[in-house]
Amino acid sequence: MFRIAKRDDLPTVYAYLIRAGSILAGLLLACILMLILGYNPIETLGALVAGSFGSPSAIRNTITIAIPLAITALGLAIAFRMKFWNIGGEGQIIMGCVFATFVSHNLPPETPGFLMILLMGLAGFAGGAFWALIPGLFRIYSRTNETLFTLMMNYIALGIVQYLHYVLWRDPMANGFPKIRAIPEQAHLPVIFGVHTGWIAVIIFAVLVFLLIRKTKLGYEIRVVGESAPTANYAGMNVKKVLLTGVILSGGLVGLAGMLKLSGAVYTLSPSITGNAGFTAIIVAWLSGLSAPVMVLVSILIAALEQGSQVIQIKLQVPSSVASVIQGLILMSALGGEFFLRYRVVKDSKDAKKGGV
Amino acid sequence: MREKTLDMTDIAISMRGISKTFGSVVANDDIHFEVRRGEIHALLGENGSGKSTLMNILSGIYRPDQGVIDVYGKEKVFLSPKDSIACGIGMVHQHFKLAEALTAAENISGGSKGFLTRRKKESDAIRIFSEKYGMEIRPEQLTNQLSVSEKQTVEILKVLYRGAEILVLDEPTAVLTPQEIRRLFRVLRKMRDDGCSIVFISHKLNEVMDLCDRVTVLRKGKSIATYDVDAIDAYELVEKMVGRKVDLSIDRPDPPVDRKECLAVDRLTVRDENGYKKLNEVSFSLANGEILGVAGLAGSGQKELCEAIAGILPCETGMISFEGTQISGKSPREIIRRGVSMSFIPEDRLGMGLCASMDITENILLKDYAFTPGPFLQTAKAKEKAERIVRELEISTPGIDHPVRKLSGGNIQKVILGREINLSPKLIITAYAVRGLDIHSSYTIYNLLNEQKRKNVAILYIGEDLDVLLELCDRIMVLCAGEVTGIVDARTVTKEEVGQMMSGTRYEDLKGGVEYVSNS
Repeated sequence: MFRIAKRDDLPTVYAYLIRAGSILAGLLLACILMLILGYNPIETLGALVAGSFGSPSAIRNTITIAIPLAITALGLAIAFRMKFWNIGGEGQIIMGCVFATFVSHNLPPETPGFLMILLMGLAGFAGGAFWALIPGLFRIYSRTNETLFTLMMNYIALGIVQYLHYVLWRDPMANGFPKIRAIPEQAHLPVIFGVHTGWIAVIIFAVLVFLLIRKTKLGYEIRVVGESAPTANYAGMNVKKVLLTGVILSGGLVGLAGMLKLSGAVYTLSPSITGNAGFTAIIVAWLSGLSAPVMVLVSILIAALEQGSQVIQIKLQVPSSVASVIQGLILMSALGGEFFLRYRVVKDSKDAKKGGV
Repeated sequence: MREKTLDMTDIAISMRGISKTFGSVVANDDIHFEVRRGEIHALLGENGSGKSTLMNILSGIYRPDQGVIDVYGKEKVFLSPKDSIACGIGMVHQHFKLAEALTAAENISGGSKGFLTRRKKESDAIRIFSEKYGMEIRPEQLTNQLSVSEKQTVEILKVLYRGAEILVLDEPTAVLTPQEIRRLFRVLRKMRDDGCSIVFISHKLNEVMDLCDRVTVLRKGKSIATYDVDAIDAYELVEKMVGRKVDLSIDRPDPPVDRKECLAVDRLTVRDENGYKKLNEVSFSLANGEILGVAGLAGSGQKELCEAIAGILPCETGMISFEGTQISGKSPREIIRRGVSMSFIPEDRLGMGLCASMDITENILLKDYAFTPGPFLQTAKAKEKAERIVRELEISTPGIDHPVRKLSGGNIQKVILGREINLSPKLIITAYAVRGLDIHSSYTIYNLLNEQKRKNVAILYIGEDLDVLLELCDRIMVLCAGEVTGIVDARTVTKEEVGQMMSGTRYEDLKGGVEYVSNS
């Protein structure tokens, strides 16, 4: 008989071994699937790795995917620290992009690039913050459930961007093709080392979020509120104010992630602008244990998976559904591994049978 | 002591050579523990002496690394709590594990076997069953409407109803009034005479001496010895427990002569967040260098009193003034800044006052982090402070960066109290400061409080153990259902009188005349 027992303390080395092991297990499952479907697993996985890290351009693509993912995860993690379950990343990304697009379209065309980008960044932050603030206020003043509320806000945001896309902001110059006008050229983020400068923002915000959470009074308050609201109250903290500030920062960063993607990679607002980053970032945040530096690394890995599976679709004609299943299996195993960090399976000795019941 | 010849089946439980380690911590080290059929056996030991581990092994929650457990002379291996229950072992935990939304009967029977419930029949069966042991119970009542003592009865019945003959009671008297304790003891003795075996875990020596037949002392994971209670006195027991001589009397320094009023509460009425009136017209005053004890059953308004003074709960009517200025309506931070320190230790110990997964330093920071300039936390000073508190209060921890959740109960309480005292407060409100603590740690806390009293600090001590309240405090205020039933001199009042006031009799009715003890 096997049973499950709680672990007390796990040496860090073991923790990483378990994590590595669970990813291996995921790969193994993916191999079995590929064998069943008649693809050569070694070739496929090889192409997946080569497609994500194998060449400078592959690496550039991977990092481009990782940028919005990392910043979204950093933002969500602030809310998660307060046990405010912000799963509205999708909506906050969209609203960040909507605000940023609005600003870029309405500034005089001769506005210098750096000013335009700065204002768009502020607008992106404001858009995301606004979208997170609505469920935040309801949570604080009417005790609504923020999990459902933030989730629903995603669909409202999607509806808004669809309306803009097909009706309100539809570009009359696009020959009847439904499309929003691209942002002006000077609003494009400059490129350094072949990747748009969003990667510098990732480094800056990872450091800032780390400092915020670990070293500032506000970060301390955020952690105490997440730990126990009664304790925060008792220590004289203004719990509502802390929650509001945290929610604004969380949504704002997520909105900014959207603006960076808009301004750095896609240049045009569309209903598919999020690329699911708002949901994937939840996985990133949890896999990283809400630690800012780890989130950057995990984003790159997950971005690699995404980039790699795009490549195998093109190169080996693996259908996109299969590529998604491979991605899903690996992610699922990685998340499942977290279980073994907290619990272990113990085998009961043989003699147990005699005594037992 | 009843004389009997013992054969193997008269030994209800025999645990031999039990060892259990958690990582590098040896929780149980070759422990021998034996309980006879039809005896009440006390298990005594300080915190961290291995009592809980041993009982968790007995109830199948942990498996020992080494050692044998015999039940009625037959060797058993418990793979899960189910196996232990099947052997007739029942555990009554200190914190009740009841489904609050179900009736007492449903909690006891755990739902009936068939598809449909037969409520009436079951309730009757339970009533008859409980009468056998002289227990009173209202089977149809919803559990959340039961008093603490009734909930405990439900817990005990639940275990008995499942066929347990060996009962483990973990500090069952901590939440009861003296009258309720006597009733519980009557029930336990009845059960013993019916052939049940009872393991009684308690820190209160007088209860052990009064109730139990034998006692086994654990110290630092080892079983020291087993005695007949008749053959040993309380002082010897403490010595065995602690490993050295301990003075059991609690010091009560005289309050200073030139006393000033520190805290005055005038006709305070408070509602909790659900709108229930929890304090009704409570008035009292507290002077510098005085310890005012607050006695009362759990939930009589103690929590609300603390929270109202600390500014967490709003006052509906009435006034709270501190050193002559009114503080009701001020923010908690403002009240902290003025030198009011509140440490409320809730039942789960970590719910309010501490952040469980943060380390000691970060918990020390909790109260005064806001008073340093700038947006950054000043951790360097807090670390020094944490080091000092750990050293001065002898908190046993691997380091100040250890999460408090992993500390033992006594050490957790020392962290809270250390932090509060370190703020050099003028008023300390402390609730259940020694809850769940062993003798040694409790006395450390009493000494700390007395030290503060000598420094002219006013102390509001909300306590559970009446013996301690009577010995430690200058005056005792008794609360019952949110009202003050009397404020009495702790030097002259008797335990019985306090007990009666706790259940609602006013002091003036008790004595037949107004006899409030004045403050000056």
